[in-house]
Amino acid sequence: MVIDTDTVKRVANLARIDVTEKELIPLSKELSTILQFMQRLSDVDVKDVEPLTSVTPMDLNLREDIVNDGEKPKQILMNAPSQSEGFFAVPKVIE
Amino acid sequence: MGELSKLSIAAARDGLNKGNFSAIELTKDCLLESTKSNQLNAFCIITDELAERQATIADQNIAKKINGNLTGIPLGIKDIFCTKGVKTQAASKILTGFTPPYESTITQKLWNSGAVMIGKLNMDEFAMGSSNETSVYGSCINPWKAQNNQKNLTPGGSSGGSGAAVAANLCLAATGTDTGGSIRQPAAFTGIVGLKPTYGRCSRWGIIAFASSLDQAGPMTKTVRDSAILLGEMSGFDSKDSTSVQKEVPNFESYLDKNIKGKKIGIPREYRVDGMPEEIEALWIEGAEKLKSAGAQIVDISLPHTQYALPTYYVIAPAEASSNLARYDGVRFGERASTDNGEGIDEMYKKTRQNGFGAEVKRRIMIGTYALSAGFYDAYYIRAQKVRKLIQNDFVEVFQKGVDVILTPTTPSAAFQLKDGKKKNPLDMYLNDVFTVTANLAGLPAISVPTGKDKVGLPLGLQLIGKPWGEGDLLRIADVLEKESLFERNINKWW
Repeated sequence: MVIDTDTVKRVANLARIDVTEKELIPLSKELSTILQFMQRLSDVDVKDVEPLTSVTPMDLNLREDIVNDGEKPKQILMNAPSQSEGFFAVPKVIE
Repeated sequence: MGELSKLSIAAARDGLNKGNFSAIELTKDCLLESTKSNQLNAFCIITDELAERQATIADQNIAKKINGNLTGIPLGIKDIFCTKGVKTQAASKILTGFTPPYESTITQKLWNSGAVMIGKLNMDEFAMGSSNETSVYGSCINPWKAQNNQKNLTPGGSSGGSGAAVAANLCLAATGTDTGGSIRQPAAFTGIVGLKPTYGRCSRWGIIAFASSLDQAGPMTKTVRDSAILLGEMSGFDSKDSTSVQKEVPNFESYLDKNIKGKKIGIPREYRVDGMPEEIEALWIEGAEKLKSAGAQIVDISLPHTQYALPTYYVIAPAEASSNLARYDGVRFGERASTDNGEGIDEMYKKTRQNGFGAEVKRRIMIGTYALSAGFYDAYYIRAQKVRKLIQNDFVEVFQKGVDVILTPTTPSAAFQLKDGKKKNPLDMYLNDVFTVTANLAGLPAISVPTGKDKVGLPLGLQLIGKPWGEGDLLRIADVLEKESLFERNINKWW
């Protein structure tokens, strides 16, 4: 198994997804199968190959650094599951 | 009724201009067909009031002769495009009730051109799937059935609703998005034309992101001409999408009805995969013959890194998805899971995402998170980006040798039965994309054209892959392939 259940737990935590105990084994099997498939890439000689970061050789467009939109607090908040006094509201954060 | 909704965009444009019927008549016909199509489950929402308002304005503009290519043309919009004031969920539970306060650039362009929205179309959740079975709305069903079997078939995915709605004449055409084949595979499964443009041709702004370096929107239509028309209206530079490219948009229709004498068509030997059904092989050979008899030159080519395209795709797409989908945390939009007393924000995130994402989406987020995590980033993600470069180089070399377009099958099979997908392991499902992912990885334009049927009467498609920004030439050759194929969309209406 490439991905054991501890790894599933670790990755699920990184991805902030709750995973139940009974999901762990099926997930580790599924993810391992997919990962084994990906490992075919280790057969390829990639020496001196630049990673492709943009399919079109181009620089990203820059625009002038000016405010061109805004003043829309109502629209920004209209889809929030919880809001208070013009802010997004979340459960208490105690560190 | 139901006759007007069968029209192509080109025919409806003509009929509206001549005054043979009005935009409101055309729209009402599509709305009627759509409301009677519940069994297909192609629509998540039918926007009848909006459609009638838009059609009324279209009629006024036609009367004033200020109409364009899409004035009064009823379209279906994939649920991945944000539409102002109309619920948009990308078929996910986590976006329950999300109503965008803005309009995606592409849909805005379509409305500016006078198009009418019939409704939002079903799809795989966040466009992750090849069968439409991962949708929170349930599977969309293919209007086609096998001659010997009445079982429900998949329309393909992820743009399955778009394929089904166009094939079933619920609207004249639809928008789709394509990250690994999500326009072309459902187009092939439903017997319509689907085009994925060059990366950067169409703005991604306001389209719910899956894998940003691969996603492109494109037209799904009844004819090649309609794809040329719709692509023209969807294309163009947008300052709100940093990867959108400043290129002039040609008049794509002007490339049609031209001969293809001397055009070089490449047949890549690596696409002849093990276990490919004879029917697909035969379709491919016939397609090449048709182009040859129309004056094209058929050449054998090699794209040596093809076998690595799927594993490359299934590293890059989930990696980008894991990053893009981090925004669904129950804070700014969508559905938040309830938490117990004493539970903090981390529990809220985890429960929201556990509850809101479907199994396939969670799987891909986790694979992507793993591939990007410390210690694995170089081994998976960077390596995949390097192999992606090699895959692109394969195409660059072939085009440098004078090949104009590449001809391949679109899919390794015809539409399969629904629920089959659920029995399959995720990897088998991924194999559906074997012929289509390369165009996304290399950023190339590609089109699927229906050219034949299998022995039980189900549609099959061939794919043409073009040079960067070569949509014109691609459409020109697709137009000939369509004319030579005489494909008949003879669906027995059962819904």
